Amino acid sequence: MQDSPPPGEDQAGEVGFAQALLAAAQAIEPATVLRDKSDRITLQVPAAAIAKICQWLRDDPALRFDLLYDHTAIDWPAENRFELVYLLAAVLDPQPRTRDLQVMVTTSVPRDNPVIDTVCGIWPIAEWQEREVYDMFGILYTNHPDLRRLFLEDDWEGFPLRKDYEDDFMLERPT
Amino acid sequence: MTAPVPSPMASASPNPAGVRITSLEERISGTGTGSSPLATQEYFVNMGPQHPSTHGVLRLVLRLDGETVREVVPVLGYIHRGIEKIGENGTYRQFVHLVDRMDYLSALANNWAVTMVIEKAANMETNERIQAIRTIVTELQRLHSHQLWWGVFGMDLGAFTPFFYGFRDHEILTDIFEKTIGARLTMNYIQPGGVMYDIHPDFVKDVKEFLAYFKPKLREYDALVTENVIIQQRLRGVGVLSAERAVAMGCTGPMLRASGVAHDLRKSEPYGLYGRVEFDVPVGTTGDCWDRYWVRMEEMRQSVRIVEQLIDNIPEGKHFLVKPAAKIKVPAGIHYSHLETARGILGVLLVSNGKDQPYRIHCRTPNFNNLWSITEMATGGRVADLVAILSSIDIVVPDIDR
Repeated sequence: MQDSPPPGEDQAGEVGFAQALLAAAQAIEPATVLRDKSDRITLQVPAAAIAKICQWLRDDPALRFDLLYDHTAIDWPAENRFELVYLLAAVLDPQPRTRDLQVMVTTSVPRDNPVIDTVCGIWPIAEWQEREVYDMFGILYTNHPDLRRLFLEDDWEGFPLRKDYEDDFMLERPT
Repeated sequence: MTAPVPSPMASASPNPAGVRITSLEERISGTGTGSSPLATQEYFVNMGPQHPSTHGVLRLVLRLDGETVREVVPVLGYIHRGIEKIGENGTYRQFVHLVDRMDYLSALANNWAVTMVIEKAANMETNERIQAIRTIVTELQRLHSHQLWWGVFGMDLGAFTPFFYGFRDHEILTDIFEKTIGARLTMNYIQPGGVMYDIHPDFVKDVKEFLAYFKPKLREYDALVTENVIIQQRLRGVGVLSAERAVAMGCTGPMLRASGVAHDLRKSEPYGLYGRVEFDVPVGTTGDCWDRYWVRMEEMRQSVRIVEQLIDNIPEGKHFLVKPAAKIKVPAGIHYSHLETARGILGVLLVSNGKDQPYRIHCRTPNFNNLWSITEMATGGRVADLVAILSSIDIVVPDIDR
């Protein structure tokens, strides 16, 4: 028994929804693809299009992704990129739905110039979430109203969740 | 206003695009004149990091104009332990035992959230007995958490008695947990492939005795606090958050439901045995402190209802199907799973590269996202109301700092 068993008809509906969503996203940004190796519908977009795609996902009357559940980053040093993950949900929609609508959006920025547009203007909670990602990964958000460290002190050096981060307090695991 | 102080980080890190980085010093420097015609002066005051009503080590820098709060600047990180970084250096199983230190009042739900994403990603089997035990203990812990919140909420508003009443009943549940799980606070029980120990032979009897004892006590809670005129006056119309703003500010759980959005993962994406039990999702109408109070009181009644439906019908079977020594391998890719803790949605994002350790593991914690709304709710109110608002968010600081 699985924790959240997807019923058969829902799965078929999900594939149809993914294809329709992809087609609509490609009308806005032609380079959009579906990210493989993800357990849910995931749009992979170029970094330059993130604000445009997010604005559409929130404002399209058929979608209305009004809640930014989560925003975080993944460091892929071998490919010289940070992958940024946005997880969206639609909760305010007054239309009754058969299932909760959720979608993931990912994009990549180069490790040596990790700059991307903020989505604060679309979902205010992003102001706080983006500060955490800046603090831990050093992603620089343009047009962010108050970009500074969230957990660490302002004069901390380096970004701890990067794979190549080192500091004097780190301990080697005994072998 | 004084000139902004340049941040030391601006020069220390590569920033070729010249994105502007601010600093706390810059954020809270300079005081202007208030909007009052009596030429008052605004000033900054630190609330915390050591303050009884911040429930831990949370620092709020307040910009005040007399008694009026003009701005709240939360300063976090006093107990950040880098749980996500530690997770990258351990196995999947080891990570389960770190998360009970996040929101320590929802330790079992935290265990379950990590277990859920691992089980789903690695396609591990469970049985009905495991799911029933998980649902019952997690629901009891929601009750456990709300009891403590209720006691502390009273104390924050200046009433000491609720604290004792809340703790009196909280302790009975703690004893029940201790008998089965072995711990009283940071419980480690739910793990991938099952639960750590089978329930204690007395568990069913103890829980039924507790429910029979606690149901009349809820009436006592109402008589003591809910129906108290002073409490009502201090909560009604204070810290109002509309449904639209609650969603925009990333609130979930009782915070979001108090603002009138009936979003509860136990209903919309039923996990465990929640799909088989009957319960209501209480929602508020105005999103003020009173609604947040009322929603949690009602949730306690619903938790009692859920446990009552399950406690007599725990199916027979094994309490674990995967031996704890078995190595867990998760297929490469992004996996995400979430559930409803006492404070909102806890999501776990797991990135695997096919090895037996997570490549990256991230927790979307409810307290982190709920707290942000205080910057909006408290602005324009009084300092005394700020304490009520903070308490109505029901924060647990280690869950914010992780």
